[in-house]
Amino acid sequence: MSTANAQSAAFVRREMLAEQEPPLSERGVIKWMRENLFSGPLNTLLTILGLAAVFVVINLALPWLLHSVWNANSVAECRAIIAERYGEGAHGACWAVIRERWPQFLYGFYPSSLYWRPLVAFLLLFVALAPVLFAHLPRKMLWFSMAYPAVAFWMLWGGSIWVPVMVMAGFAIGWFAYRVLLPVSGAILASIAAVLAPVIWWLFLSGAVAGALQSVLPIAIQSVSSDKFGGFVLSITIGLCGIAFSLPMGIVLALGRRSDMLLVKALSVGFIEFIRGVPLITLLFTASLLLNYFLPPGSNFDIILRVIIMVTLFSAAYIAEVIRGGLAALPRGQYEAADALGLDYWRAQRLVIMPQALKISIPGIVSSFIGLFKDTTLVIFVGLLDPLKGITDAVRASIDWKGVYWEPYIFVGAIFFAICFSMSRYSMYLENKLKRDNR
Amino acid sequence: MAIVTEAPKAGFRLSMLIYDTRYRSITIQIVVLLLFMAGAAWLVDNTVRNLQALGKDFNFSFLWNRAGYDINQRLVEYTNDSTHGRALLIGLLNTLLVAAMGCVTATIIGVFVGVLRLSKNWLVARLMTVYVEVFRNVPVLLWILIIYAIFTEVMPAPNAFRGEAATSSMVLFDSFAFTNRYAAAPEPLFSRSLGNIDIGIFLISIDLLAIIAAITGGILVNRAIKAHATRVQEATGVRPVTWWKSLLVLFGPLLVVLFALGFHLGYPELRGFNFVGGTLISNSLMALWLALSVYTGAFIAEAVRAGILAISHGQSEAAFALGLRPGRTMNLVILPQALRVIIPPLISQYLNLTKNSSLAIAVGYLDLRGTLGGITLNQTGRELECVLLMMLIYLALSLLISAAMNVYNNSVRLKER
Repeated sequence: MSTANAQSAAFVRREMLAEQEPPLSERGVIKWMRENLFSGPLNTLLTILGLAAVFVVINLALPWLLHSVWNANSVAECRAIIAERYGEGAHGACWAVIRERWPQFLYGFYPSSLYWRPLVAFLLLFVALAPVLFAHLPRKMLWFSMAYPAVAFWMLWGGSIWVPVMVMAGFAIGWFAYRVLLPVSGAILASIAAVLAPVIWWLFLSGAVAGALQSVLPIAIQSVSSDKFGGFVLSITIGLCGIAFSLPMGIVLALGRRSDMLLVKALSVGFIEFIRGVPLITLLFTASLLLNYFLPPGSNFDIILRVIIMVTLFSAAYIAEVIRGGLAALPRGQYEAADALGLDYWRAQRLVIMPQALKISIPGIVSSFIGLFKDTTLVIFVGLLDPLKGITDAVRASIDWKGVYWEPYIFVGAIFFAICFSMSRYSMYLENKLKRDNR
Repeated sequence: MAIVTEAPKAGFRLSMLIYDTRYRSITIQIVVLLLFMAGAAWLVDNTVRNLQALGKDFNFSFLWNRAGYDINQRLVEYTNDSTHGRALLIGLLNTLLVAAMGCVTATIIGVFVGVLRLSKNWLVARLMTVYVEVFRNVPVLLWILIIYAIFTEVMPAPNAFRGEAATSSMVLFDSFAFTNRYAAAPEPLFSRSLGNIDIGIFLISIDLLAIIAAITGGILVNRAIKAHATRVQEATGVRPVTWWKSLLVLFGPLLVVLFALGFHLGYPELRGFNFVGGTLISNSLMALWLALSVYTGAFIAEAVRAGILAISHGQSEAAFALGLRPGRTMNLVILPQALRVIIPPLISQYLNLTKNSSLAIAVGYLDLRGTLGGITLNQTGRELECVLLMMLIYLALSLLISAAMNVYNNSVRLKER
């Protein structure tokens, strides 16, 4: 049949034609633009509007950025240099304010001879965080992570080394009490002792022991009081403490809210809803104004510590809700399987429930952390010098830099953006790494 | 094979309170209750002793004393002879004003940006991503301060609008003027006004009530027309044309009421150093409103995007297979389903916006935090009462918003049968 056709046909092409280039409008940049930018009237309009917006922004910002001045001693000098270089009426950025005042933005009014101490604490932070964030690093590094809070405290506030050491000793005492009592009296009494012993130690003994040790073996560095803190040292200190303390507290609150025990549940719900219902500013106000009423007469403690406590409570309520969502998302079978294995409540939570629930809640937890870090700027309203308003106002208060608005805001905003953006990227990395295909 | 297992007859031992699961939860709850009550008693005792030591008492009578300070931006009548309680009311109304305006604009921005971020248009999608990331990752306080700085530093002073050689001019047919202290906008005036009703706390304009009644009536009648059209469509298969009826019903009564009241706009005019006539909106309100809108808008955009992405592709394909056009697919198939995913995060963004409005203090806008928690607190020295009352009001506000939104959430929720 086919041979007959082949013979009857006048001409049959025996070899393939060479491939032709696609038409000009269907290849390369033009095709991409037709598909992605001008695929219809609406899209064309959007593209033109988008280009116009970009043009307006560049038109405003680019000359300003190109006319930057980095070396000047005052804003007037800056303006003189810009007028001299680029003609009368030219606008330009005066980055000289950042160049001259950057230590203030980073360290606040921390004594300038001691700038190395927050820096060391900050660098050690990465050493301490590394084994927590990246699982393939040696587990021995976690010992340093555990000691890091004491190291950072001593570096930042200074004073006698024995104060942070004695605080850490409290944790060791608690652990020791637990291990000693566990074979003797059972898990419950041991846990109670593990909580009570450190509390007694901190309240009644640690101060005296620290004093005694200091007189025997005086190791101390110059102490820096809290009112010297400011800028990003303050923000990062508050933010990190808040993050570190609010996660465990959030877990406890979330478990409390899902508890079968009516009273525990009611207290957790009440606490969470109260904290979530009021602005952080009012809580900070409570810390700065009302704590004097609520504490025994005559007691007074550090304002930064008060703020950290309030920020922690605030963030914990939000994290509790995120984790509650994760717990609710777990199939019931997981709880039943853990029960069937005979695991008790805490073991079931630790080994089966929490690893899965926390994994589900990672994006929410990290966005709570980002929110917490951004909220550290609100401490200005209780008189602490945050980098955003406190320090920029302080810089503008000097005659030299009166009227400098945009440069400090851009500088501080860029640092905040870098930190928050990298946190959100890390959470995406973690989510991908923990993703199992079977879900 | 029946094995009778009887509970051990041994009597109740004290250790069973801890080791027996039947009693353990009761034990724990009693311990928690005792600890909680001890803590509460300790706090109250401390507070009472501290108040005694300071010679203060705990009462709210200061709310009826003369406030003695001025509030520029206010919705209802207030002078510095008014009471602290009235200042509180002004602050609360200001908080509500900026929260309501912010929620509306943030929703509009968020929906637009969220949809555009999913657009096939490469440039627009990238621009929206940049907007969302930049605004989400920087503290809202920064946006408030920057926008306020733009208003106060870049905008001209009112006297720049003056004279023949004015360096600035009003925009939109000489009706709006943006100055470095306020924005002057036209105000609605009624030449045949019906007056006000005094409801004790403040005056309510009858004109406003009439307009609201006209709009509400129009919407209700329009709904009835739509329902009737649907009934006709279900009975006969042909949907009657309703758009001109809807138009008439929605705008007819409103226009009649406006004409009857003698509606006209009062344009702002420059007299001396300031604008008079028209509404003067302080820059602090404008900056706070814009900043909260663009900041929260970025979060809402993410919620909208997540909601649309959560709807499986098969839904839109099924709609296309039924022959629905893209616009109707969005309206009838995608959005109703996406709304269920979007609304819960939307509620919490509204709450966040309301709570973030307490940052008004950074630009000197006197909201609840500025009046009750600011000037009143400093003048009277009653920290305990002021802060507690402020917390209580914010808490009530949050609970009200979330209750209202939950009602709406229930109405769009998937009704399983």
